[in-house]
Amino acid sequence: MALTASPPAEPAEAAGVTKSPAPQAATDAAGLGRARASVFVAPALALIAAFLVFPALWTLYLGITNYRLTGVAALRPRVVGLDNYARALGDPEFLNSLWLTLLFVIGSAVIGQCVLGFVLAWTLRAVPRTVRTVVELLVMLAWILPSSVVAFLWIALLDRDGGTLNVLLNTPGMAWLIEYPMLSVIIFNAWRGTAFSMLLFSAALNGIPPSQLETARMVGASGWQQLRDVVLPHVRGHILTNLLLISLWTFNDFSPFLITAGGPNGRSETLPVFVYNTAIPGGQLGFGSAVSLLMLLINLVLAVVYLRLLKQRRA
Amino acid sequence: MAFSRTARVALAVTSVGALALAGCGGGGDGGTAAGDPQRGADAKTITLTIAGNAAQGGKNTRDADWLVNYVIPEFTKQMAAEGVTATVTFQPSGVDDEQYKTQQSLDMRSGGGADIVALDGIWVGEFAQAGYIKPLDEVVGAAAGEWDGWAQIPDSVEQLGSFEGKRYGVPTGTDGRVLFYNKDLFAKAGLPAQWQPASWQEVLDAGAKLKALPGVDPIQINAGTAMGEATTMQGVLPLLAGTATPLNTDGKWLGDTQAVRDVLGFYQSVYGGGLGDPLLQQEAKGRDKSFQEFAAGQIGILLESDYFWRSVIEPTKGIAPMADRDSVVGYAKIPAQQPGKGPNGQNFVSMSGGGMNAINPGTDFPQQAWKLLQFIMSADAQKARLGGSAQITARDDVNAEVLAADPMLSFVSKEVLPITAYRPGLGEYPEVSKALQEATAAVVTGAAPADAAKKYQSALEGVLGGADGITTG
Repeated sequence: MALTASPPAEPAEAAGVTKSPAPQAATDAAGLGRARASVFVAPALALIAAFLVFPALWTLYLGITNYRLTGVAALRPRVVGLDNYARALGDPEFLNSLWLTLLFVIGSAVIGQCVLGFVLAWTLRAVPRTVRTVVELLVMLAWILPSSVVAFLWIALLDRDGGTLNVLLNTPGMAWLIEYPMLSVIIFNAWRGTAFSMLLFSAALNGIPPSQLETARMVGASGWQQLRDVVLPHVRGHILTNLLLISLWTFNDFSPFLITAGGPNGRSETLPVFVYNTAIPGGQLGFGSAVSLLMLLINLVLAVVYLRLLKQRRA
Repeated sequence: MAFSRTARVALAVTSVGALALAGCGGGGDGGTAAGDPQRGADAKTITLTIAGNAAQGGKNTRDADWLVNYVIPEFTKQMAAEGVTATVTFQPSGVDDEQYKTQQSLDMRSGGGADIVALDGIWVGEFAQAGYIKPLDEVVGAAAGEWDGWAQIPDSVEQLGSFEGKRYGVPTGTDGRVLFYNKDLFAKAGLPAQWQPASWQEVLDAGAKLKALPGVDPIQINAGTAMGEATTMQGVLPLLAGTATPLNTDGKWLGDTQAVRDVLGFYQSVYGGGLGDPLLQQEAKGRDKSFQEFAAGQIGILLESDYFWRSVIEPTKGIAPMADRDSVVGYAKIPAQQPGKGPNGQNFVSMSGGGMNAINPGTDFPQQAWKLLQFIMSADAQKARLGGSAQITARDDVNAEVLAADPMLSFVSKEVLPITAYRPGLGEYPEVSKALQEATAAVVTGAAPADAAKKYQSALEGVLGGADGITTG
């Protein structure tokens, strides 16, 4: 919007100098003035308000009611104050979900995607071009395929009867998704999302001045020493930004539901799945809203921590 | 200059918020207000939609085919004869019942949804309390009572479409639950081809013999939360009936009692004793898999509704067809815990449910929707639906003609329906049912029945907000 608005604005400003001055001189660079600028911003603000601010406020309201999808409370919800929050914080299922979400973020985002992405980006610099293209293509493919397709492929891979993995390992009847539900979805998500970290780190590594690495090699630094003393200080900001983004995405990721539906018995029920299962099939919209808000708060805390770390580095 | 930037933003946010709020309120009202039953009655061009959990080539394909190929064209013709141009469409789904229920309640909550909605009889209470459906008398007026079809529907079946003494729609039929068994496996295990266990122990004994066969899970009694209501209906409730203890008496729900511990004890004997596959109960698609395994001869005994016989293992149109169904699959009544221990001293027990069609109170054409519903439930249409196959419909006149054609359905109608029971049609039922499913899930994963019963009790107290409405002991 700003791009399309600025070209005509410049001649207008130039015209303002030669001709008579406008009643309200524009003080901004584009020369729009507050009134016209507001008109330009209004549609965007309206959209944000309608689809972001209003639902958030609505969730806040629903969270203090006993609103349900069906039954009496669907017709006449009652305000129950902070009961939903108190209940959530004392609910073993919620705490279990919180713990599983933490495992999911640390396992699949921090260790899986970030470390694996960095290792891939680092090692691919030194391999022949064709190998690099093929590996990058495969990693990218895992990232760009639609979730539903990928979920189906993973179910086929891990299925108990005739799953590909059981055929490969010769372990007939091994129910991976029931014996190791959390590990399965962690590995799935690491596989799925590594491409983003890999791309980001590839770009970051390209930005390191070759002369510095050259110098390090000249003075006899080992591969590890080059990595620690030359590369990491350069890409630290990228690592933090990457961690911030993928932690938040993973925290809110719903695709494990497509594979395990939160089961068996809630053993892979991360928070987004927990909210869905309680609010929609379980019908407890009020309680579900309260948990959603708790999730939002946790997201904010995560974001603030990362942003502070990023600031410290720059300061 | 008068407003600061913050104030301007706040103003924009508030006004848009208010608009959105007004929009939501309007939508909600549209969905719940019954309005004038005569609205749109004289319209010359009408559109009606039918929603059901059936899809051509998928789940309940026969019903979907019938709606699309018979009901819609015939009804359109009938309306055309009256000078009305009717456009009727069918909104198919082919998903788990819980998902279908969620979808319908969300549709109706937002003021939308089809004009005629197929619902499970057990959801009527919740939907009525939420105002998503209204008594037929309110939706279509006096015409609701004048239909001649009511005389053909037995009272017990009519309950499936009623709540608190009022008709909310027309029931479509009922069913009965039995033990299905594989005669081939029974022969290999040295069990009789005509089998009728007299107690729970005899079921377990047969399971113990089947256990000797390689690659066979002797008994499949649905358990766990992944199977949803199928666990309660095809597991807990028929067993509970066998202890002569109703789930709800005089408004009080059954808590941690001997009967519940016995039922969970039976689950432990099956899944803790190697007589059933505990992992299958936890799989996301476990019930569908149990169907396939039974059809492939990998399950000995399976507790299911006659739906299993006519829609799952049906030789041509079933979702897990068995070409040799008629010769291989046997069926027996579900025994009480001990002979004579069932309700009223019965030796055998069962549970029944069934579906109903409701008219969406938000429809633009209540009179025409009621006409369509009457047409759907007419004797001719019901016979066309069955097309030579058998099913227990809501209508006595149709049943008298069609059931004789199928020995299994006649068995259910003659032997099972007289001893069956229905679920308590109360608003809390779905949550009590969920607590029971969780209790079986605990036992399947190794918890002791007594501990699972204790957890069930506390889950129940959470649902009902206290221990007042619960019997214990």
